[in-house]
Amino acid sequence: MLTKVHTGLDPVPGIWWKPAHKAERVWVAIAFAWCLVLFAMMPLWHFRGGQNPSGVRRRVEPKAFYARTVAFAAQYKIGEDRGLPIAAPPPGADVYLVGLTFQWYPILQLQQGKEYMLHLSALDVNHGFSLFPLSINFQVVPGYDYGLRITPTAAGDFRIICNEFCGIGHHTMVGRVIVVDESGKPVADNAAARLTNGDAK
Amino acid sequence: MNAPFNTPSRTCPATGYRVDRQAELLTRANAVVAVVSLLIGAVAALLLALTRWQAVHLLPAVWYYRVLGAHGMNMLIFFIIFFEMAVLWFASTVLINARPAAPKYGWFNFGLMVVGSAIVEWAQWSGRADVLFTSYPPLKAHPAFYLGIIFFAVGALGVTGQFFASLVIAKREKTYNGSLPLVVYGAMTAAIIAVITLVHGAMVYIPTFTWAMGWTPMPDPEVYRLLWWALGHSSQQINVAAMVAIWYMLGALTVGAVVLNEKVSRSAFVLYILFISMASAHHLLVDPGFSSPWKIVNTSYFMYLAVLASMVHGFTVPAGMELGMRLRGYTDGLFGWLRRAPWGDPGFSSLVLSVVVFGFFGGITGVTLGTEQINIIAHNTLRIPGHFHATVVSGTAVAFMGATYYLLPLIFRRKVAFWSLARWQPYMFAGGLLLLEFGMTFAGSFGVPRRHWDISFSQAPFDVQFNPMVDVFLGMLGIGGIIAATGALSFVLIAVTTVFFGKKITEFPRGVTVPGIPQGLTNPPVHSADVDERNEALHAPARGIAGATPGTLVLVAVFFAAFVLYYFTNWKLLSFLWKIG
Repeated sequence: MLTKVHTGLDPVPGIWWKPAHKAERVWVAIAFAWCLVLFAMMPLWHFRGGQNPSGVRRRVEPKAFYARTVAFAAQYKIGEDRGLPIAAPPPGADVYLVGLTFQWYPILQLQQGKEYMLHLSALDVNHGFSLFPLSINFQVVPGYDYGLRITPTAAGDFRIICNEFCGIGHHTMVGRVIVVDESGKPVADNAAARLTNGDAK
Repeated sequence: MNAPFNTPSRTCPATGYRVDRQAELLTRANAVVAVVSLLIGAVAALLLALTRWQAVHLLPAVWYYRVLGAHGMNMLIFFIIFFEMAVLWFASTVLINARPAAPKYGWFNFGLMVVGSAIVEWAQWSGRADVLFTSYPPLKAHPAFYLGIIFFAVGALGVTGQFFASLVIAKREKTYNGSLPLVVYGAMTAAIIAVITLVHGAMVYIPTFTWAMGWTPMPDPEVYRLLWWALGHSSQQINVAAMVAIWYMLGALTVGAVVLNEKVSRSAFVLYILFISMASAHHLLVDPGFSSPWKIVNTSYFMYLAVLASMVHGFTVPAGMELGMRLRGYTDGLFGWLRRAPWGDPGFSSLVLSVVVFGFFGGITGVTLGTEQINIIAHNTLRIPGHFHATVVSGTAVAFMGATYYLLPLIFRRKVAFWSLARWQPYMFAGGLLLLEFGMTFAGSFGVPRRHWDISFSQAPFDVQFNPMVDVFLGMLGIGGIIAATGALSFVLIAVTTVFFGKKITEFPRGVTVPGIPQGLTNPPVHSADVDERNEALHAPARGIAGATPGTLVLVAVFFAAFVLYYFTNWKLLSFLWKIG
């Protein structure tokens, strides 16, 4: 039954398709069963888990997406911070965020515990959406609208880091997401930030 | 068998096989260029580590990104693939007593690869290709950058064709009896995956080149990412297959490792071929262009069968070493075979370090990060380079270095220079890397991005304050990087000095210790005449499931526990996030 003792450098005469020892068979079986567990976890999480990258995806003309985002920012603008509009859409709204060298546009103000449809895309090159400090990461590709249903579970003042190389100013590309709690108070971290009532309630 | 060569050749004093002069020279030439690329890549690595170490922050931004692109290209493409070309020439000729197919065409291909890589180096270092290693459009480089890569890939594709032709010649001339040795079989696996990879390379770089020339419209950014990763990840699978082949080779050379079962090991290699290209999908898990079913099918059904293959080799390689040692009389206890192994032989220490770090660190993190949902907390953070340095550097590069310590006396026929440094080099290199990899992985767990010049965000409009622990982890990255780069540069020093100034070897004296010659060549781990009876006794049914390799069973049990723990810890961490999707 046993193969004649040889190393991996020896040619193997005759038929080498022979039964393996029990130890090997058991390990292969364990490894295979583990691979099935690894497989099962992904579909399972789509049904039972709260974090999935599926979303709604469609092609979009980068310039059209940018125009849509600018219109969105104007519609829900409640103020400005460092030259960028702060957009506060109502719960359930479609929210637009565009990456362009080297900026995330606009600043978003969301409500804790409410669901939004966040649309991500890029105007020029690939960017990486990385929500700090939670480390929620998505690839942002020009020409593709990535719509993700998100529900912020905690209030706070978040940052969006760009984590896909997008050019020589890549490391200066930081955006801002504000999540307000039920009292509705926005978190202002900058004395120069101006809040107006805008059109949003 | 043993038809005489009609080409100039010599007889190897260690194996008694004939070594064709042209095959030997082609192996040497490819290995030398590999080491030169390693030198460039290692200097770049040192500069990068000293920049990411935020307290030092050495390079200016432009040069950080430029050097990062050159580091990726030199290490992942030029060093590794030139070395693999050397492995292919060596495995298809010297290991099976055969002559090379069309050596002149081999030199043409070698020339094409050298010219291609020189063009790419020029484009990158002169600032004409500041698009990093992945060059995702719409980022655009000088057309010469893409053309250089195409030249390189065409040359490499030519060599894989010659590899298959050499195997056919060996078969026809009956230079060996029976089936190919497992090591050559593994190299053949690598060559087949190389063909798949390089075809994808053509599919992605040719339209990108014509776009850069202004002849065709820009490739779709998402289609480019799909095809690029069919090149970028599959090429890592060439590395894995070549590395596992070298594991079997170094096991045989250093401790007389045996093949437990040809069926199991060869089937595992076939799994690599069948399933690995689709597994490239795990680079696109949080991309907008693909549906969840597509992501799940490609990462689970397909990638996990390749993972299964690695887990099989992760058992058969150490078990083969354990059985080889036990058959040579090192039978005491569970781990006597490990305790009494030749730890001072850089070939052996490289082998063990490569297997352990590749499996425990690279493998476990890779499978976990490549899970559709877990990728949300890892994509493009420093956890990713933390993972792939553990596979491609601690795994592949360390194994290749270990193989070099045997190739230098066997193929260059010189004593390894700076022998005491050589004995320490694997530990220094692998130790520094481990520190670097832990630093990257932990920093990445706090969301620190990869490929980023300044995480203090001093020029950004909004402040970003990372946890202060991140500074500690980036310090680990920096110090680990310095140690690892020192290890890599020591290897370059040893290899170059040996090749050009090493003492010539004409024979391998038996039974003595010679500085500069690894112990596997002067004290070859030969099995005794009654080895098959000993093997029967070790496999006696009374020994139960632990059988002949109880120590390895303990090791894989520890590995499995670590895998399960790490995997589910990451699901737990994921569950704390916002609701998404």
